Amino acid sequence: MIIIGEKINSSRRQIAEAIASGNREYIQNEAIVQSDAGADYIDVNAAAFMEKEAEYLRWIIEAVQEVIELPLCIDSPDPKVIGKVISLVKKPPMINSITLESSRLDGILPFVLDYRATVIGLCQTGNRMGKSAAEKVEIAGRLIEKVTSTGIGINTLFIDPLVFPVGADSNSACATLDAIEEIMKHYQGVHTVCGLTNVSHGLPNRKLVNRTFLAEAVARGLDAAILDPSDKQLLGTLRAALMLMGKDEYCMGYIKAFRKGLLA
Amino acid sequence: MSKELFEKLTRAIIEGKDKDAISFCREAVEKGLTAKSVLEDGLMPGIRKVGELFSIGESYLPELLISGKAMQAAVAELEPLLNAGGGKFHAGKYLIGTVSGDIHDIGKNIVTMMLKGNGWEVTDLGVDVPSEKICAAIAEGDYDIFGMSALLTVTMPAADEAVKAITKAGLRDKIKIMVGGAPVTQEFADRIGVDGYAKDAFEAVNKAFSLTEKTRQPEERA
Repeated sequence: MIIIGEKINSSRRQIAEAIASGNREYIQNEAIVQSDAGADYIDVNAAAFMEKEAEYLRWIIEAVQEVIELPLCIDSPDPKVIGKVISLVKKPPMINSITLESSRLDGILPFVLDYRATVIGLCQTGNRMGKSAAEKVEIAGRLIEKVTSTGIGINTLFIDPLVFPVGADSNSACATLDAIEEIMKHYQGVHTVCGLTNVSHGLPNRKLVNRTFLAEAVARGLDAAILDPSDKQLLGTLRAALMLMGKDEYCMGYIKAFRKGLLA
Repeated sequence: MSKELFEKLTRAIIEGKDKDAISFCREAVEKGLTAKSVLEDGLMPGIRKVGELFSIGESYLPELLISGKAMQAAVAELEPLLNAGGGKFHAGKYLIGTVSGDIHDIGKNIVTMMLKGNGWEVTDLGVDVPSEKICAAIAEGDYDIFGMSALLTVTMPAADEAVKAITKAGLRDKIKIMVGGAPVTQEFADRIGVDGYAKDAFEAVNKAFSLTEKTRQPEERA
């Protein structure tokens, strides 16, 4: 299971404030907390700052790499921004994200090759998001074809089937879960990844919904997630779900996480 | 007597029971109540209450949606009578869409449904709507308000561009403009020079009424 720590995202108010005020320590602490909690990648996002995105993203990348060893997940839809910051990374990064939109595909895939990066591919075209399971799987197939045709290995690609609020459409979460299962079954070697917070929009007790969704997604084959690894209840659910799916030999991942005090 | 029936209608809307709402509408009409009063004293207080509860976090998105559905079913039942009585349930004409480059439609669809439930005739331009298409629709139609949503910080500039395009086309005085979407703020709305901002579907309906002042405003809560 690959965990991408989501906390350093400029759409969060505290992060936006820390970036704008140059609070290096706050950003670094968010990276350390996530690293200690078991993240595999640290997502870095400054997209809320629009024209200053690249400048701030450089600053974040430098600050984070001073304090942790983990690879980064460069979170920007804009190939130009990615081009301006990617040379700073010390380890092969993940890029978040491409879609079927040709400007993003053609603009971003060369970086994937040059920096031995992995890449998240959203199940969306230029003007349409995959809503039903069938649409998601169809778009995933086209993404896989595009990416592998450039010589990039299928195991480099993390398909995000998209998660929508179940409160707005009772079948939307099920569509995502079905798509995960289909994609993992049909395309050997590809990864699936998703964020969790969207699923519970408009509902009470959101965290319960998020972590239950994560457990169900793991049961369908999800092998990466964008989440807050310092949320112990969420991580506890994840470790238990992986163990129950036979993905934790001798249950040692679960036991070790417990001993470190990471489960709740 | 009629008070009790109005309360039943209100409750049916709040609880999102479309079949109940329809049968109470029929009952009310059979008892001689006017369609207009069934609507204004029975149904509208219900949909307003749900919106209000949603806005303060006491009712949840699915409840808002199911009440909206019940409201639409009840209004469809009353519509022939309303039209015949000359009291057409028509708050105004609303043009809606997501800005260019933004394909997130859930918020827009919820606002659309709430507007319809409150008597607005809504024309939905869909998602990722280019400025030219917005201008053409405003030029050709007789809309009171154009509402646009931007769900991403990266698509917010497209809202600004849409306003500029509408102004450049000489259409700015023809229409009121509203903006919404998760990252949007009142400050942003002021900066790009639109007439209204709403943080959720309930506020969007209130704002639509207050911008047009065509009918009584839903702020006057029952």
